[in-house]
Amino acid sequence: MEYGEFFKYLAVMALVTYLIRMIPYVAFRKKITNKFVSSFLYYIPYAVLGAMTFPAIFFSTASLIPAVCGCIVALILAWFEKGLLTVAVCASAAAFVFGLIF
Amino acid sequence: MNETKNGLRDGIPICLGYFSVAFAFGIFCVNSGLSPLQATLISMTNVTSAGQLAAVPIMTNAGTFIELALAQLVINLRYALMSISISQKLDSTMTTPHRLIVSFMNTDEIFAVASGHGSSVGTRYMYGLILTPFIGWSLGTMVGAVAGNILPAAMSDALGIAIYGMFIAIIIPVAKKNMVVMKVILTAVLLSCLFAFVPGLNKVSSGFVIIICAVVSASIFAAIAPVEN
Repeated sequence: MEYGEFFKYLAVMALVTYLIRMIPYVAFRKKITNKFVSSFLYYIPYAVLGAMTFPAIFFSTASLIPAVCGCIVALILAWFEKGLLTVAVCASAAAFVFGLIF
Repeated sequence: MNETKNGLRDGIPICLGYFSVAFAFGIFCVNSGLSPLQATLISMTNVTSAGQLAAVPIMTNAGTFIELALAQLVINLRYALMSISISQKLDSTMTTPHRLIVSFMNTDEIFAVASGHGSSVGTRYMYGLILTPFIGWSLGTMVGAVAGNILPAAMSDALGIAIYGMFIAIIIPVAKKNMVVMKVILTAVLLSCLFAFVPGLNKVSSGFVIIICAVVSASIFAAIAPVEN
């Protein structure tokens, strides 16, 4: 990608991300009491990660079957509450092994 | 001095986890048409896995700046909540200049560890904690972006799933214990699948799809099943 354009995107992205983190860190001293707002903020990460993961995970490897296998492995390990690193590595390993077969 | 050491110790596992996920992100960037330097710069200035992953297709498909900014806003909104929460725990050493620096590294994992550390946290602990994860995230991206071209295709393909594996590891344990969170996720997934497969809807670009799915799902359940306390 051409660098001039790239730096514009980079600036927008980095600035928005930093402001979201920094403003409440520096300014906030009180707790949010509005029930809808606090619930919305509580649910949003799960909704974001769910929408980002599915169906994109099925197209994250060269073909469908290894991706489905990797996904199933990740779901099972996550259900048994294994750590982030374990789940990510095992999903990749499963996708790799099934990628060699299919 | 001791608190710095404690912070460094607590940061090491995060650093290792970040290195491997960032490695996969580096490969993803290069496969999407970014240079290794561009990939590394994204990681060094953002430090947000989900946000960065969503940003790359927006950049490479010449999406608008508004789309990019809105996508980052929605995807990273959770950090605002975490910043609010952690701000209540900072001790008197955390003056405004320190907050300006430390808040840059307020990631899910840093937040989780800092929240679990004693009754309050100060500058020494926080700087110790954020140092190695920042290095792991940046270096991992660089190594992945450079080595992604050297690795056999079968291996770099398989690593494409790593970030999604990490996302699953974050959401499933919570969904298992909280049925509303499970419904929030399933609703967002259903919407996201509609946008992926229904003709017409599949023309909507990736950043907006995430925004719409997440905001609709979280709003529905915030209205009908708000979190208690």
